[in-house]
Amino acid sequence: MTESTADVPLAESLGPRRGVLPAAWRFVREWPLIPGAMVAILIIAAITAPWISPHNPLRGNLMKSGQPPVWDERGEATHLLGTDIQGRDVLSRIIHGARISLIVASVVLTTGGTVGTAVGIVAGYYGGQLDEFLMRIVDFTLAVPFLLIALVVVIVFEQSLGVLVTLLAVFSWGAFSRQIRAETLSLKTRDYVAQARVMGASTARIMSKHILPGVANTLIVVSTLRVGSLILSESILSFLGAGIPPPTPAWGLMVAQGRAYVSVEWWITFFPGMAIFLTVFAMNFLGDWLRDRFDPQLRQL
Amino acid sequence: MRRFIITRLVYAVLVALATSIFVFALAHKSGDPRTVLLTEYATKEQWDAWGRRWGLDKPLVVQYGLWLGRALTGDLGDSIRELRPVRKVIQERIPATLQLAAGAFTFSLVVGIPLGVLSAVKRGTVWDYAGRTFALFGQALPPFWLGIMLILLFAVRIDWLPTSGRGGVNHYILPSITLGWLTAAGILRIIRSAMLEVLASEYVKLARAKGVSTRGVVWKHAFRNAMLAPLTFGGLILAAFVTGAVVTETVFAWPGLGRLAVQSVTNNDFSTMTGVVLLFTVVYLAINTAVDVLYAYIDPRIRY
Repeated sequence: MTESTADVPLAESLGPRRGVLPAAWRFVREWPLIPGAMVAILIIAAITAPWISPHNPLRGNLMKSGQPPVWDERGEATHLLGTDIQGRDVLSRIIHGARISLIVASVVLTTGGTVGTAVGIVAGYYGGQLDEFLMRIVDFTLAVPFLLIALVVVIVFEQSLGVLVTLLAVFSWGAFSRQIRAETLSLKTRDYVAQARVMGASTARIMSKHILPGVANTLIVVSTLRVGSLILSESILSFLGAGIPPPTPAWGLMVAQGRAYVSVEWWITFFPGMAIFLTVFAMNFLGDWLRDRFDPQLRQL
Repeated sequence: MRRFIITRLVYAVLVALATSIFVFALAHKSGDPRTVLLTEYATKEQWDAWGRRWGLDKPLVVQYGLWLGRALTGDLGDSIRELRPVRKVIQERIPATLQLAAGAFTFSLVVGIPLGVLSAVKRGTVWDYAGRTFALFGQALPPFWLGIMLILLFAVRIDWLPTSGRGGVNHYILPSITLGWLTAAGILRIIRSAMLEVLASEYVKLARAKGVSTRGVVWKHAFRNAMLAPLTFGGLILAAFVTGAVVTETVFAWPGLGRLAVQSVTNNDFSTMTGVVLLFTVVYLAINTAVDVLYAYIDPRIRY
């Protein structure tokens, strides 16, 4: 198209824009910078928690009970986000809480993801009655009201990090299995799998060398999409007194502890909840983005 | 079709039975109900008498069998705390939970559907971004925290609405929003993607080509078909409601089943706990199965 002066607005609206600002805008729109930065900060905070948090998250000072955040006139610069009823620094507890959330999420994802992938590949590859049997177990874990079962389990085996992680893992591998199985079903009919079999590759080798790499994308996308809901589930259980036991600084637990004082000392409840919200938001955003980029077929919602 | 329905039903019954065995076993492992009922000064005779009354002298398998037999006729035993039938205790709580669920469902439809349609029809505009941001926010907000913040804002800071409990219409607003928020976000996303898919289909293009007005295309042709999509996710929506009811009722001191479940757990009221969890499981399974069957009826491709 020839460029005449009259055509400029049209050409601008159709063709790729040039210049530094539009390029920067495209970059911002294409890459999830803000959520990425949020997750990076979270991970760094979780790893370096003992060094960067200004106070001990477990030791309180009753003389400083319920101090407001720094911008309040009664606030102190040493307690940026104020203190809770026991005089513990809210910011320090949030930083250490990031640790708990990430530990729970990563342990559950590793165990649940491994078991789920193994079951998914085996079920999809062998098919038949084994597949039927395994998928019914998956259905079972997805068909019961998880939260209520968790409440009952916790009164028998007291609250602990181990029980919480086990519960979450038991009820989360199913989602992996379903997706991985579906993926395996289509992969196993591919020519390269048939060729491998003709060449005399063992079933174990086919599954680990030929199927597993093929489902890796799905695995990464499903994992990222699960992180948010795992952190949310953990916080709900901790809030209800069925998750992380006190005095460990878990975000959901902090919200529960501040709840009774919320009408005056709102910061005890507000900031940990905000931390949950921002973390889950960033994780979900990244998950959506990864899915659209690497595995659009998974897009159902 | 008939075989499919029967398989689904048999499966649902099996899951309910397995869950009941699991919960029953856990409840009994958690302790002897007599430790709650009797003081340490109780005599051996009293101890044994209560044991006979509650059937604790029999092996666990027999106890389960007896309990299941009675449960099937609607008798869930007596509440250890309230010393009256669990069935009564549960029945009293049902209306509160149903009303709350109805309020939340209304909220999520009223917010989710128009925003979903709007962000699909005006794709790529500010409306679309606003809708999608709301959806992402909705799925990331911890429900218990949302509830507490709503109380802080609307009941404490500006004294418009009651903080908790059940009463007039005012009492329903904050709990309904808290419980419905996540579902509203879910419905928004589902409706948006379903609308986008339908709007790109051949028959909508044909309707457009025939000169049907935009409003006609959107509401008559596209919307009706897009409404089928949320049905698939009926199970997910319900899951959100069951989890949400427990949390919302705890935050708002709402006298419903979710709060009863938490209370029975904290009070070691084993019989009530078993009853409530079983009820939740059965309702959950029934709706899931109904959705599966309904969907298989509408779309024969998904049958297996």
